Amino acid sequence: MITALEYGFMVNALAASLLAAIACGIVGVYVVVKRIVFISGGISHASFGGIGLGYFLGIEPVLCVIPFGIASALAIGEVSRRTRLSEDSAIGILWAMGMALGIMLIALTPGYAPDLLSYLFGNILMVSRSTLWVMLALDVIIVTVVCLLYKEFLAITFDEEFATVIGIPAHKLYLVLLCLIALTVVMLIRVVGVILVIALLTIPASVSRRFTNDMRKMMGISIIFAALFAITGLYLSYLFDLPSGSTIVLVSGVVFLLTSLIPSGHNFKY
Amino acid sequence: MAEEVIGLRNVSVRYGDMPVLEDVSLSIYQHDFLGIIGPNGGGKTTLLKVILGLVKPDKGEVRVFGGDPLQNRRYIGYVPQYSLFDHSFPISVRDVVLTGRARQALFKRYTDHDRKLARSALEVVGMLAFKERQIGRLSGGQQQRVFIARALAAEPKVLLLDEPAAGIDARVQTEFYELLGRLRQKMAIVMVSHDITAVSVHVSKIACLNRRLYYHDSKELLAEDLEAAYQCPVELIAHGIPHRVLREH
Repeated sequence: MITALEYGFMVNALAASLLAAIACGIVGVYVVVKRIVFISGGISHASFGGIGLGYFLGIEPVLCVIPFGIASALAIGEVSRRTRLSEDSAIGILWAMGMALGIMLIALTPGYAPDLLSYLFGNILMVSRSTLWVMLALDVIIVTVVCLLYKEFLAITFDEEFATVIGIPAHKLYLVLLCLIALTVVMLIRVVGVILVIALLTIPASVSRRFTNDMRKMMGISIIFAALFAITGLYLSYLFDLPSGSTIVLVSGVVFLLTSLIPSGHNFKY
Repeated sequence: MAEEVIGLRNVSVRYGDMPVLEDVSLSIYQHDFLGIIGPNGGGKTTLLKVILGLVKPDKGEVRVFGGDPLQNRRYIGYVPQYSLFDHSFPISVRDVVLTGRARQALFKRYTDHDRKLARSALEVVGMLAFKERQIGRLSGGQQQRVFIARALAAEPKVLLLDEPAAGIDARVQTEFYELLGRLRQKMAIVMVSHDITAVSVHVSKIACLNRRLYYHDSKELLAEDLEAAYQCPVELIAHGIPHRVLREH
């Protein structure tokens, strides 16, 4: 690992892993306890449309994904409420439409899209210094919002209906939460790619659930696991010349399996 | 006559083409303990949600403390069916009860006053000793008490309970109704249940709901009302005078 760090891109990759771990450690806990894994998958796949749009307009794709991801999150949050469509159908439709739009826009862009696969499956070795600053800013936003709205988020994730009755703007806060997921997705796209994002949103949080019954502690433990998964995966991919995104996801999966074999005091299914 | 806390006038609700409530009128007064019984799918939960402003009626009017339910529902303590909760949710008993105070000042932490109210609510329901426990690691009856404490923490003037006794064994149920009997001195209580006998012994007024509401502002139900609501002859065993539900007939 020390020799690996002599390469500038490895230092950037390591920094990106840690920054992404903070976001997915915190937001992943909400995804897991509120059981909105499918919604998060929808947001991440729909975000691919933003990457396509970035290519098409000639803007840095990551910057284009932020507004696009937030728009997808709001659309998913609103569509099922305003139409007669069931929520999972709405998510499924937006999921596929976003992906299709992205691929269409890339196809319409003159020239060859060299790092298309890196957005689908991640390539953390390509993270630039400017992307790191964007990631840091997103972390600051996510941590600030969660600190300010911790008690409200706890109330709406535990019982949205009760929260509404006692006067919390539950649906608006739910949309805020979906936007935080969209921002986390933006950070994770660089690390593991659109398709594998869901692994880092669910595995660290699910593993941490086995160690505590407290949501705050869960977030802390989940950040640590996310960072461990990313760094271990990164190192193995460097050592054996493997694709970094899928190595990180497979490492997470193996650890998840191992921890689920250990008998635990908090014997709950996720 | 005491103050009317909740009033429904000719309320009808449809889900798509299916009528759920038809022409329901109901007045609930201070210190009432109203039991609403009726078969599953008879619209009991919908009726509570109409009162709470969670379901908008297609016809009719709902008044909560003389105003719009959306404005005044914060005076209602809502106790939903506890069995519908995610029992593995990582939250302690104390934090569940504190969410009853969560509307106080968005963006702020809980105050000492909030914590005091949560604590005394837990004391009232006799669950203070379990405050650190994860919610899923309690029995059904204990969880039900915690959800009542959560509603009480919001300092309600009326308590709405949805099937509170479902899945709780008979001995615990008795203690539970005694608790509600004590709470009734401070607030009106409305409880819906599909279990006729459990309700009839403890409430002060009883109504029967199956799309239409059969209610005479008293503890007596007419045999024909019950039959109309359940759409079949209902055999009721009279429990002697204090527990009588049906008029002699």
